[in-house]
Amino acid sequence: MDQLIDAFFNIDVLLRTKEFYLYGLTTSLRLIVFSGMCAMGWGLLLSVIRNSNLRFINYPIIVYTDVLRSLPILANMLLLYYALPFVGISMSSFWAATIALSLTGGAYYAEIFRSGIEVIHRGQTEAARSLGLTYLKTMRYVILPQAIRVVLPPLTTNTLEFIKSTAAASVVALPDILNEAMQAQNVTFSPTPLMVALVFYILVCYPLVLLIEHFENSYHKR
Amino acid sequence: MGNKILEIRNLHKSFGNLEVLKGINLTVSKGEVVCLLGPSGSGKSTLLRCINRLEEPNQGSVLIDGEEITAHKIDLNKVRARIGMVFQHFNLFPHMNVLDNVTLGLRKVLGLPKSEAEEKGRLMLEKVGLGNKVTNKPDQLSGGQQQRVAIARALAMDPKLMLFDEPTSALDPELIGEVLSVMIDLAKSGMTMVVVTHEVSFAYKASDRACMLDHGLILEEAPAKEFFESPKHKRTKEFLSMVL
Repeated sequence: MDQLIDAFFNIDVLLRTKEFYLYGLTTSLRLIVFSGMCAMGWGLLLSVIRNSNLRFINYPIIVYTDVLRSLPILANMLLLYYALPFVGISMSSFWAATIALSLTGGAYYAEIFRSGIEVIHRGQTEAARSLGLTYLKTMRYVILPQAIRVVLPPLTTNTLEFIKSTAAASVVALPDILNEAMQAQNVTFSPTPLMVALVFYILVCYPLVLLIEHFENSYHKR
Repeated sequence: MGNKILEIRNLHKSFGNLEVLKGINLTVSKGEVVCLLGPSGSGKSTLLRCINRLEEPNQGSVLIDGEEITAHKIDLNKVRARIGMVFQHFNLFPHMNVLDNVTLGLRKVLGLPKSEAEEKGRLMLEKVGLGNKVTNKPDQLSGGQQQRVAIARALAMDPKLMLFDEPTSALDPELIGEVLSVMIDLAKSGMTMVVVTHEVSFAYKASDRACMLDHGLILEEAPAKEFFESPKHKRTKEFLSMVL
């Protein structure tokens, strides 16, 4: 037992490598919050545009969401970071990761929002439009509040999946929590730093699960 | 009665190969109540929905207060804000309470401040006998109450014209009366109304004129008394004998 604690939860190692985590932690949080908001916003925008049923713009959106969901996020990051410089476009590893995550995540979010929008009865749109609300206001005040409640469970799952996929950013040398933990491990020859990274992801994801569950329960109770 | 609120000229509407409206002409003057009757599939709901362009007519024109709303450059949202519509299935917004349902248009279309919108919303709800239900959610109300909220929601916008699309067809028989009595009061107060209905008693009592639609055409159009007491067209007679 002592041996186990010594290897995985070594306080001494932890204290010696704390600068690694502090930096990795802020980088990871920035990446998660920023790319998460971009992905969700982009997905919402795509779903709202797609629901307007303009064929010439719908088709590209369908292709976009299908292609992006077929590509591994890791490959997208590598492409942005290592391939684009060949055509003269280079960016920092943070931006490469953020853009790749937003574009791919947006495709997933778009599908989830779309499925929610589609189950809301047509009569809701008709009632709102007949009051004189514009398409966007109809979405904003009538359709989306109902649609998002419907898709809360898949939205949560997707968001958890998204947060964990940000760990892929270590392949473009972003000093996120996982990358920093691996470096600390190389210095100390201890698995403790990796445990720190795991605990970080649990601390970010688990409260989110609880929060959404709380929301869902309060809707059901009313 | 001069002052045409609604004028429909040679209106055609097709869904694919199916021609639902085959050239409708109808004029409604200010304060008039006109009922549209006819078997299902006759095109009466489609006609109503063309009046605020929930359906796009293929041909012909609709004029509201002299303004051609089927014209291309029209601001449709402005037009719709002045035409109240009541649906068969109420279509209340289930995530909002009753008062917010009624004030949504006032706040987000007409831009009234919240306090002013709510004052007006309460007034409208009192008018339909639901002043004590403002904080309820729609699903806590009976069908009849929900439809009265829907009427209040449309009335709050001060419409020039109210459209009713089978407002009592989805209601249990014992709840129809309360909705009809609100509509009768509204008719008496001078509101211009176009009503698609199967309620012959309402059409007889409250409407000025009735139209018989069949296969996309108005077969007969007459003052209500004449329409029900001495219908001229064979199809009207058949239809009335079936629903009476």
